[in-house]
Amino acid sequence: MIVLRGIRRSFQVGDQVVHALRDVELTLTDGDYAAVMGPSGSGKSTLLNILGLLDRPDAGSYTLDGTETTTLPEERRARLRRERIGFVFQAFHLIARLTAAENVELPLMLAGQPIRERRRRVAAALETMGLTPRANHRPDQLSGGQRQRVAIARATVTEPRLILADEPTGNLDRASGEDVIAALEALNAQGLTLVVVTHDQALGARARRRIRMDDGAIVT
Amino acid sequence: MLAPTMRPIDTVASAMRALTAHAARTWLTLAAMAFATAAVVVLSALGEGARHYVLDEFTQLGTHLLIIMPGRNETTGGAPPLLGETPRDLTLEDALALRRSRYVAQVAPIAVGAAEVSAGSLSREVTILGSTAAYIDIRRLAMTAGRFLPPGDPERGAPVAVIGQTLAEALFGSASPIGRRIRIGDRRFRVIGLLAAGGVSLGSNLADVAIIPVASAQALFDNPGLFRVLVQAGGRESLDAAAAAVRAIIRERHEGEDDVTVITQDALLGTFDRILGALTLAVAGIAAISLTVAGVLIMNVMLVSVSQRTAEVGLLKALGARQRDVLALFLAEALLLAAAGTALGLALAYVGIWLFNVRFPAFQLVVPIWAPLAAALVSVGAGLVFGLLPARRAARLDPMRALVGR
Repeated sequence: MIVLRGIRRSFQVGDQVVHALRDVELTLTDGDYAAVMGPSGSGKSTLLNILGLLDRPDAGSYTLDGTETTTLPEERRARLRRERIGFVFQAFHLIARLTAAENVELPLMLAGQPIRERRRRVAAALETMGLTPRANHRPDQLSGGQRQRVAIARATVTEPRLILADEPTGNLDRASGEDVIAALEALNAQGLTLVVVTHDQALGARARRRIRMDDGAIVT
Repeated sequence: MLAPTMRPIDTVASAMRALTAHAARTWLTLAAMAFATAAVVVLSALGEGARHYVLDEFTQLGTHLLIIMPGRNETTGGAPPLLGETPRDLTLEDALALRRSRYVAQVAPIAVGAAEVSAGSLSREVTILGSTAAYIDIRRLAMTAGRFLPPGDPERGAPVAVIGQTLAEALFGSASPIGRRIRIGDRRFRVIGLLAAGGVSLGSNLADVAIIPVASAQALFDNPGLFRVLVQAGGRESLDAAAAAVRAIIRERHEGEDDVTVITQDALLGTFDRILGALTLAVAGIAAISLTVAGVLIMNVMLVSVSQRTAEVGLLKALGARQRDVLALFLAEALLLAAAGTALGLALAYVGIWLFNVRFPAFQLVVPIWAPLAAALVSVGAGLVFGLLPARRAARLDPMRALVGR
C-alpha cells in the first residue's frame, strides 16, 4: 500500500526553479498495475524516483506499507529499497564486468545473504526469466531483451512487493519489448505492485491504471 | 528477514573484481607502490649493510683494542691549545712502559712513513710500517710464507722486512720473495715473510706495505715519534681499566701532561654505529616520501574510478547499498592496491637484495627487521588515508543523480 499526500519537489536549474511535482496525491494498493504517462519534463521520472526512495520530496507525505518514509534516515531508506523495491531502468544498468548471474546476485550480496541461499535464489530468478543458459555471459554478450530480463531478475531476486520500471522497453525493439512487458506483467499477476513509466501509448493502454501527468501534476 | 549488512568477504571479492576489470590501470598503480616499497627496503638495507661493514672492519682490527695517539684530542670543549704548542712525541719507551700495567696484554708501537722499496731494477713507493712481533697478534694477520717480525728487543732494529702481496708481485713477480734482499730508502733489508691476502682494513691496504722493526723505521725516517700505539687489553672487562692505566703511565712519563688520546674500540664502534644508524633512518625516511607519492597516485586512480563508475554507485544505492557499503567497497579497492603493491615491492626488494649479495659478496646488504614492517605500515596507511577521500565521494553520491551519470 502506497499513499502519497501533497508531494512537492522542485529543482534549481540555473537561476530558474523547476517544479517537477506539484501537490501530487496518489494511492496504490498491493497488486496494482499502473502506467505513468505524459510528455517529457512532466515529472514522471521524479515521481518514480520518489516512489523508489531515491529522492526525497520537499514537502508532503509518502507512506509505504504504513511507514512514513520522508522522515526516515538514509540508512533505513536504503534498507526499504533493498527489501521492498525492485528497479528496472531504461538503460538496464548492468555492471559490465560481472556475469548475468553476478549482476542478479548483487542485491542479495548487499543484503549479506549466505552464498548458498544466494546461488539458489539467483538460479531461480534466472530460470523464471528463461536466462539459465545465459547465466555466465557478461552483458556485452547478451541481446538488449536479454539484458533487460537480467535486470528484471535482479529486481525480483529479493522478492520485493513493488517493481518500478522506468521506460523498460525504451531501448528495445518491439519483439524484445513484448518479452519484457510479458515478464513484468507475469510478476504483477503474482501480486507484485507494478509501476511503469512510459511514452508508449500501446504499453500504457495495457495497464489497469493509467496516470497521466502534465507539468508536475497528475491530470487523470 | 534479510541480514542487515554486506559481508566483508563479499566486499573484498567485489573490490578485487573491480580492480581486475581495469588491468592496465591497476598494474601501473601496483608498480608505483611496489617501487616505492622496494626503495624503502633496499635503501635501509644499504644503510644497514654499511653499518655492518664498518662494524666488521673494526672487529677485524682486533678485539679489546685501545688506540693511543700522540696529542690531546680535546672533544669536550675548553680553551683551544695555545698557538705554537706542539704535542710531545709518543716514544718507543712510552710504548714499552705500558707493558707494566697488569691490564695490558700486548703492546704494538707503530711508526709510519712512505719510502721507495726496490729490488734489482724494480721499485715501488709504499707505506712502511714499523712495529713489533706483537702486531701480528693484535691485528690478527696471517702469513702466506715465511714468518713475521721476530720477537726480541724492540729497541734494536734488525734489517728484516715482511711484505704484502701486491708489493711482492711488483718486485718479484710470481717468484717467492722469502730470503730476497730489498732496499727501503737507503737501507738494505732481507724479506722474511709474506702477508696473507685480505688484509684491507679501514682504508689501509695491507697488501701494499712493508713491515719492518719499529726501531728500524724510526732510524729510516729519522723520527723518534710514534704514529700510534695499539694496546690489547687483557679482556673486554678490563678495557676501561687498561685505558686508565695507559693514561696514568703516559702522564707520569710526560711530567703530568695528559697529552695523548686514548680511543677504545668500543667507543669508536658506538659512534659509527650511531652515525650510520641515523643515516639509515634518514634514507629510509626519504624513501618513505615516495610511498606517500604512491599513495597520492592511488588517490588519483580511485578518483578516476569513482567518476567513471558514478552510474554503478547509483545502481548499488538503488539496490539498497548503504553509504558505508559503498565506502567499504572503494576503500577496499584502495587498500587492496596498497597491500598488493607492498607485497610486490617486498618481493622485488628481497630478490634484488639477494641478487646483489650473490654478485657482490664483499659488501652485504642487510635488511633491518623494521624496514619491511615500516614500509608495509606506511603504504597501507597511505592507501587508507588517500583512499578515504574518493571512497567518501562515492558514498555520498546522490543515487538519483548518479544513476543518470551526473
